[in-house]
Amino acid sequence: MTYLAKPKFHHPNLPKNELGYTHRDYEGTVSTLCAGCGHDSITAAIIQACFELSIEPHRVAKISGIGCSSKTPTYFLGNSHGFNSVHGRMPSVVTGANLANRDLIYLGVSGDGDSASIGFGQFAHALRRGVNMTYIVENNGVYGLTKGQFSATADRGSKSKRGVVNTDNSIDLAAIALQLGASFVARSFSGDKQQLVPIIKAAIAHKGAAFIDIISPCVAFNNHAGSTKSFDFVREHNEAVNRLDVISSRMPIEVKYDPGTVEIVEQHDGSTIALRKLDADYQVHDRAAAQGFLQQHAARGQIVTGLLYVEKDADDLHSSLDTVDTPLNALNEKELCPGQAALDKFNASMR
Amino acid sequence: MPTPSPISRVNDFVIRFANVNGSGSASANEMFARAIIRMGVPVAPRNIFPSNIQGLPTWYEVRVTEAGHLGARGGIDMMVAMNPQTFDKDIAGIEPGGYVFYDSTKELPASKFRPDINVIGMPLTAICNREYTDPRQRQLFKNIIYIGALSALLDMDLKAVEQLIGEQYKSKPKLIEPNVKALHIGRDYAVLNLACPIGLRVRKADKVGDRIFIEGNNAAALGAVYGGATVCAWYPITPSSGLADAFTKHCEKLRVDPETKKAKYAIVQAEDELSSIGMVIGASWNGARAFTATSGPGISLMQEFIGLAYFAEIPAVIFDVQRAGPSTGMPTRTQQCDIISCAYASHGDTKHVLLFPENPAESFEFGAVAFDLADRLQTPVFVMLDLDIGMNHHLSRPLTWDDSKKFDRGKVMTAEELDAGRDFGRYLDVDGDGIPYRTYPGTHPTKGSFFTRGTSRDRYAKYTEEGAPYVDNMQRLVRKFDTAKDMVPRPLQANSAKATKYGVIYVGSTAPAMDEAIHMIEGRGHAIDRMRVRAFPFHSSVNSFVADHDFVFVVEQNRDAQLRSLIVNECGIDPVRLVPILHYDGTPITARFIAKAIGDHLDQLKVTPMKVNS
Repeated sequence: MTYLAKPKFHHPNLPKNELGYTHRDYEGTVSTLCAGCGHDSITAAIIQACFELSIEPHRVAKISGIGCSSKTPTYFLGNSHGFNSVHGRMPSVVTGANLANRDLIYLGVSGDGDSASIGFGQFAHALRRGVNMTYIVENNGVYGLTKGQFSATADRGSKSKRGVVNTDNSIDLAAIALQLGASFVARSFSGDKQQLVPIIKAAIAHKGAAFIDIISPCVAFNNHAGSTKSFDFVREHNEAVNRLDVISSRMPIEVKYDPGTVEIVEQHDGSTIALRKLDADYQVHDRAAAQGFLQQHAARGQIVTGLLYVEKDADDLHSSLDTVDTPLNALNEKELCPGQAALDKFNASMR
Repeated sequence: MPTPSPISRVNDFVIRFANVNGSGSASANEMFARAIIRMGVPVAPRNIFPSNIQGLPTWYEVRVTEAGHLGARGGIDMMVAMNPQTFDKDIAGIEPGGYVFYDSTKELPASKFRPDINVIGMPLTAICNREYTDPRQRQLFKNIIYIGALSALLDMDLKAVEQLIGEQYKSKPKLIEPNVKALHIGRDYAVLNLACPIGLRVRKADKVGDRIFIEGNNAAALGAVYGGATVCAWYPITPSSGLADAFTKHCEKLRVDPETKKAKYAIVQAEDELSSIGMVIGASWNGARAFTATSGPGISLMQEFIGLAYFAEIPAVIFDVQRAGPSTGMPTRTQQCDIISCAYASHGDTKHVLLFPENPAESFEFGAVAFDLADRLQTPVFVMLDLDIGMNHHLSRPLTWDDSKKFDRGKVMTAEELDAGRDFGRYLDVDGDGIPYRTYPGTHPTKGSFFTRGTSRDRYAKYTEEGAPYVDNMQRLVRKFDTAKDMVPRPLQANSAKATKYGVIYVGSTAPAMDEAIHMIEGRGHAIDRMRVRAFPFHSSVNSFVADHDFVFVVEQNRDAQLRSLIVNECGIDPVRLVPILHYDGTPITARFIAKAIGDHLDQLKVTPMKVNS
């Protein structure tokens, strides 16, 4: 029914967040993706995360590349400015946008084709620069819009819908994000909203480059036996290291946790992540250990999910460049143009 | 053939230094040029350098020109031949009656020279070995020593050089004394052992005035500061890297908040040109003024993004410091060869605004106004420098700024206007000029948001692949481009004193050579009107200029007559009326070349009356 406009009416008693917005205020237009697409679950998770965080929708800039995943920003945050840029180049557009106005929240939405192949370079450099953004890869292991070719995240030995076996090694974007210095790295599964929503909330609250690899099965081209990105396979091989509760700074911590099972992580914006450990030995602040953990589990065919790494006291590109607090796009002539007096001095120095 | 008498000229000659790259000659040679300026005599220096850091041949040419001809002249009156590797070629390039100055530590046989030039030998290596023990010092001071000798040979004011040494090493005063000493070693040797002065001389004059001595890249970067650029994303490439470097230096001086010491700018060295233009587009979309600096290969890499900025209507300023292509081409040689690739950059039907500065002063002005135009027109604007303008020092009128000037941020709808109920359609042509309104992200909680995309959409930014809205939008973009014709810098026209059927059109760095060539062409008895085009899209006066003349020469620095093609294509002109004059060997175009090419052509057309028997 994707040709129908989404009705505007809603139940009068829909719950409202601190700003008085309902869930519906964070929605976009109706999805035009295939029924059952994992990406639509991610869209729903983003909507819920923004609603729960009480973000003003128009203070978000949602930017994407090209592909199925990159279409999704149309389906959430209808009152936000969106930018569907060119294939694989979302990171540079976000970097520029972020430099122009440090006060907005930046959601970069990409896919595995967009980020692991054509845009691999931009993916890497945005993360290593520490652009303050939430970088989401909706990872299904195939090119959906062009009908099912393998992407670079498809596992070696996995089978395409037509029965072709992938002979190339796969790229683990989360592992690489760790290596590149991303200050927040997580992996989740579109089919696990309980885990995904708090991860997105924590990533948005994080100051710095926050990367989330979300396995999101393609129901049309990559949900068959032999695929390692199908709903069944991911459910069976999901190795979650933790579960998160994100607690806004304005809310007191009410939930009581058993001692030793929970780690409290303070975020830059004053919010708190309560990390419920599922793997008692997992160290969420140890980048090198996280890399090793991912590799060991990948070798066993397991997909590690959860908050994999978060840097304490992370910082971002603006801090590296030591830019003024006022957004650069708000500076006027007086603040930017040195005028004739400075030019006179300059001319004199050039004689 | 009789031996020509030695060239004898005051304040009007070309001297070329042949050196080895990385030998420290550049600063000494530049000091030589500056010293002549301090004597009140204009100079036009040009660096001819390889794509190399150390070891390959490099030349520095100084045209001494009291008459103020700032283009390259062609020909060499004196060669300072310091590079054995290129010695034979260097000797061959000297004008008959010219001079060669060389290191005679090892005597060279007469066969290494020509009978029609004047040979001046000075045992530079021997002198350096005697005076200095450190091999690095021997090399560095050799350069200063030959400057000292030249000052005697050319009858120059030594004080001017001494003063420059003092200024150059202001922060390292320990270096002043040894440099001054080296200067005197050279001068003293020349005075005692060489016939000083020679026929070429520099005499004090007052022809420099208040002009400044500056590279175009430096001036363009300062233009970006004055134009309000806050985001610069770039990737290193010759000959444009100096522009980003200069922007950084200017910002460190002029754009630091005096209280917090924080930067009112952001400069990112990107991972490639795709990323640099992506950042520029992201920043401009978000309401900052942003630019990148690149050269031809970078323009090739940016094509897809440039098309997006054109179609989605996002401002972007791109400085293209052109170098000789295609491919890597001659990366350290100059050309005007990106005119077509910039004018029509990207796939599909696209057209872009180009500005053609002629020199550093205009690079500054266009470098600033490009941001107003990009915001006003919501489209990419290219500032088309070239290596000759960008990387050479030019005597240029001082830079000026009107302090009452406000930035033109173009049509940006505010939250107040949205609240007042103004209809917002991102691609709605409300004023009939083809330019729609935009909103910056984050403006209003419920109004004015839209989705920016490279796919087709209707007037309200809604995705569509319907034919009619697509055509409607493409037609509006044409209207917008028409609007631009009257906004961009106008062509400058100078008519000959005599009425003439012939005209000449040219752009950018061709200007100084053209100015000089006009006199030479007139000297051959021809009259010609000229027009310097300063921007694309072309103003209607370009059409009328062509219409008003039987033939118009189009002088440019590329093989394929790109400017001519653009005029033919965009103004709908019969190609036979535009005669291409093309210079594309990588060296800057010269007045001699232009005057000969146009003069020869006009000679053929000239009707000589038959003798009438009386």
